[in-house]
Amino acid sequence: MNKFSKLILALIVSMVIASSQVFGGELDIKGSTTVLPIAQKAAEAYMAQNPGVKISLSGGGSGNGIKAIIDGTADIGNASRFIKQKEVNLAGSKNVYPVPFRIALDAIVPIVNSQNKVKDLTRAQLKDIYLGKIKDWKEVGGTPGKIIVISRDSSSGTFGVWKELVMEKDRVIPSALTVPSNGGVVQAVTTTPGAIGYVGLGYLNHDIKAVKVDGIEGSEANTLNGSFPISRGLFMFTKGWPEGEIMDFISFILSRKGQDLVKEAGSIPLF
Amino acid sequence: MKRQIIDKGVHSTFLLIALFSIAALSLIMVFLFIEGIPIFDQITIKEFVFGQYWYPTDDPTAFGILALILGSVYVTILSGMMAIPLGIMTAVYLAEIAPPKVAEIVKPIVELMASIPSVVIGFFGMVIVAPFIQKLFNIPVGLNMFNASLMLAFMAVPTICSISEDAIFSVPVAVKEASFALGATHFETIAKVIIPASLSGICTAIILGLSRAIGETMVVLMAAGGAAMIPGSFFDPVRPLPASIAAEMAEAPFRSEHYHALFAIGIVLFLFTLIFNLFADYLSHKFRQVGEASL
Repeated sequence: MNKFSKLILALIVSMVIASSQVFGGELDIKGSTTVLPIAQKAAEAYMAQNPGVKISLSGGGSGNGIKAIIDGTADIGNASRFIKQKEVNLAGSKNVYPVPFRIALDAIVPIVNSQNKVKDLTRAQLKDIYLGKIKDWKEVGGTPGKIIVISRDSSSGTFGVWKELVMEKDRVIPSALTVPSNGGVVQAVTTTPGAIGYVGLGYLNHDIKAVKVDGIEGSEANTLNGSFPISRGLFMFTKGWPEGEIMDFISFILSRKGQDLVKEAGSIPLF
Repeated sequence: MKRQIIDKGVHSTFLLIALFSIAALSLIMVFLFIEGIPIFDQITIKEFVFGQYWYPTDDPTAFGILALILGSVYVTILSGMMAIPLGIMTAVYLAEIAPPKVAEIVKPIVELMASIPSVVIGFFGMVIVAPFIQKLFNIPVGLNMFNASLMLAFMAVPTICSISEDAIFSVPVAVKEASFALGATHFETIAKVIIPASLSGICTAIILGLSRAIGETMVVLMAAGGAAMIPGSFFDPVRPLPASIAAEMAEAPFRSEHYHALFAIGIVLFLFTLIFNLFADYLSHKFRQVGEASL
């Protein structure tokens, strides 16, 4: 039996290798900038394995990625959110059936200065802080002092998740500092005692303190079991069930090696 | 005959080269307007310039840039308040008071400061100056208008100083000596003769220094804090115009409203520098000294 399964495995592997040499096409990937680093790493590794395949990547945001699938201007559309009902209807009217593949997970963790005594905030408190309703740390059980709200530029993917999962429909106060990168948020929170910010899970370090959300610590395990509230799936959409090199590329990302690349790109692998 | 042909050839070559650079610049300007104007199909110019809220990716969107304009204006004024006295006084010292040996050492150092890349100054402001002024003034956050202005002043001083120094240095000796001959002290001569005589050059220096400050991107992106609100004090974070363009352009979907709005910000910035330069031109003509005796 063991021998038999090995044989089958060898057959599959040789078929994959053989078929990948047959593929000589081009892959067009568009969409979310959050997924872009993953797609970039995966594309580089995949092209090294399959010299015949050319992959072109571009950003443009989740909405553009899904739109590109519906219009047929890309083979794979990246999105850092699930497809919206409006987009499903649009696809239906054009007789397109978008197929989602969840390829990775992403968690956004609120952080404060290491001297801050606050350990746990509810999502409602986080929202009120970012709305400017809670202005002082003493209102959430910390030592009195002005809360310095640090946010990301409105076009960043991280801001997108924060807005969707914490702010819901409301606007972050205009007086919030905006910083152009995850690293910049860490830097600003490290040097500002009263600051609060949020970063992707991969950016946590010892200079800053991660805050629990609704009592749950932001970690890989809690994201995978679905209990950490500020997390989301990252998706690749295809037009109909994928075939040929599109399928092959997606299987590659969902393989062990692909998932290792997901981790390298700073997101959370599915397994 | 042959010499004349060569001469004509040289003329037309130089004309072509000159036309090429002018054409390139005008095409950039045309492009700026083509990409920026479509936003005014969505909102009026008044709403754009005087709108208080900048939420370009929200639903519904808000494209008001008043806070960004004021951010730019305040940062420029504040940095001017720091850089102009410093720059001009250094120039007076170097041209009039310093012994030649000291001037020989100090002047190249000041000019070297102008060549520090702005990203280095921005990084310095973010990592060193921000925590420092935060502790010094006991304020909640170090990334603010004051920090950015200080860094911009740092960049404007070399420009202001070196151009003013040239202007002061070129005041004719005869004018200076006449003042001494009338019994004026050295200080009186500097204040009442030399500075008025070199005012045209000093004005140009100030405007050039400040236009560097208003267009500077990296420093304000890194050190100003980036909050799109109308600042209430020196220590509030601000988000000047160039910082918004730099931070958001990479992520704005091609030819979207947001993209056009960022180009429209570019137009506003362009108009600012244009007004600045016209003003500089006017001033340098107004205070121009013609001949040695026209003071």
